[in-house]
Amino acid sequence: MDDIKIRIKNLNLYYTNFHAIKNVNMNIRANKITALIGPSGCGKSTLLRTLNRINDTIDGVRITGEVVINGKNIYSEDAIVDRVRREVGMVFQRPNPFPLSIYNNIAFGLEINRMVKSKKETDKIVRETLEDVQLYDDLKNSLKMSALNLSLEQQQRLCVARVLAIKPQIILLDEPCSALDPKSTANIEELMQELKQKYTLVIVTHNMQQAARISDDTGYMLLGKLIEFDRTSTIFTNPSKKETDDYVSGRFG
Amino acid sequence: MRHFDLEMNDLKKRLVDMAEIVQEMIKISVDMIVKRDINLAKEVFNRERETNLTEIVVDDICLKLIALNQPVGTDLRFITSAMKINSDLERMGDEAVNICEIGDNLLKYPDLKPLIDIPKMSNAIISMVRDSICAFNTSDADLADTVLSKDDDVDELKRTIIKDLLEFMTNTSDKTMLIRAMDLMFIAKNLERLGDHATNIAEDVIFMVHGKDIRHLKSI
Repeated sequence: MDDIKIRIKNLNLYYTNFHAIKNVNMNIRANKITALIGPSGCGKSTLLRTLNRINDTIDGVRITGEVVINGKNIYSEDAIVDRVRREVGMVFQRPNPFPLSIYNNIAFGLEINRMVKSKKETDKIVRETLEDVQLYDDLKNSLKMSALNLSLEQQQRLCVARVLAIKPQIILLDEPCSALDPKSTANIEELMQELKQKYTLVIVTHNMQQAARISDDTGYMLLGKLIEFDRTSTIFTNPSKKETDDYVSGRFG
Repeated sequence: MRHFDLEMNDLKKRLVDMAEIVQEMIKISVDMIVKRDINLAKEVFNRERETNLTEIVVDDICLKLIALNQPVGTDLRFITSAMKINSDLERMGDEAVNICEIGDNLLKYPDLKPLIDIPKMSNAIISMVRDSICAFNTSDADLADTVLSKDDDVDELKRTIIKDLLEFMTNTSDKTMLIRAMDLMFIAKNLERLGDHATNIAEDVIFMVHGKDIRHLKSI
């Protein structure tokens, strides 16, 4: 029996009058990579952003239904949004490091969340998270350098490290490789394979080949609906819906 | 190592293991005839179930590797070759089973003659299978090339066997002798087909390594 990390139940999202997510139901497995694919504007990024309540910051958004993480609906009245966002970290399309040193990019979140008591403790977490994203060996002597001097791939790795430092259980990735070249993309994809040993990953990608390569499960979305959600191998070899087949085979979208 | 490369290595290992089983099947099926031990057939039948299952699993792995990774170049040639080698190995298992089934009838009668060329043929084929799969495992097109020339030796042995058996048949009117000679001819035919499958594997390896299709060069 698979361990389900996120249960999405009858989820609807409206941007004022626009119905962007239409009654989505899906179970996201723990320690797996789940990919959301679909044409532009289908709602895949919106759906991803419902998983850590980042849509809350947009005016006119209304959400019905449930997103249950660790047995608790994150949209219930007593849910603590800060805690949700600590448990569910996010990495964005363009690397967005703070204009601070490499060290402080990671230390910032730890201090603001009062997760560390001493510099020694911060040092340890900075080191561990940079090791997790395979940056430590290259950067251990330049931790005081501005993060903005790093290559795009290194910046994106640092953004992942920044998320890991807060000790999330789930990592959301919104087109994390679209600003990267093919080699850097391959490196980040390998990193994701490593990370799934410890975390649950959900990725939005418009690169179908990427979804095929790296994910365990794939959801195909169209016009706000989740058309099909299944094992990635099934979606790309024998999808049950014609719409999915048309999209993955490049006939549509 | 890339995740994709790990899966490709797993695929390769499955085919190497499958070829190992097929070599055993060929050896046991011919031993059954030579040693006149009917019980050996069961060992071949059991291994056939294993190769049938591997064939299905390997095909599924190949299909998913193509669909999920969109391989090109050497990776694509490796996977398409693996699919064809998979099919050849499974057919080889079937040929070994055929030999056992014919043997089942043959062993009802005494020896027609001492069997010399059939074990020779079988040994030559086993070494062809071993070399062709080793060539696949190490991407060694030169080794694959040596398999192609060995097939001529196998064909020559088959011709000798058929010629000897025809002599027997023309000199007798004993029905049981005719049946035994016919059975041995079928076995020689099965062995020849085994050699052809090993040749196919060698050709696939050459295509995999050099991207050069050397099949049917004389006939097209």
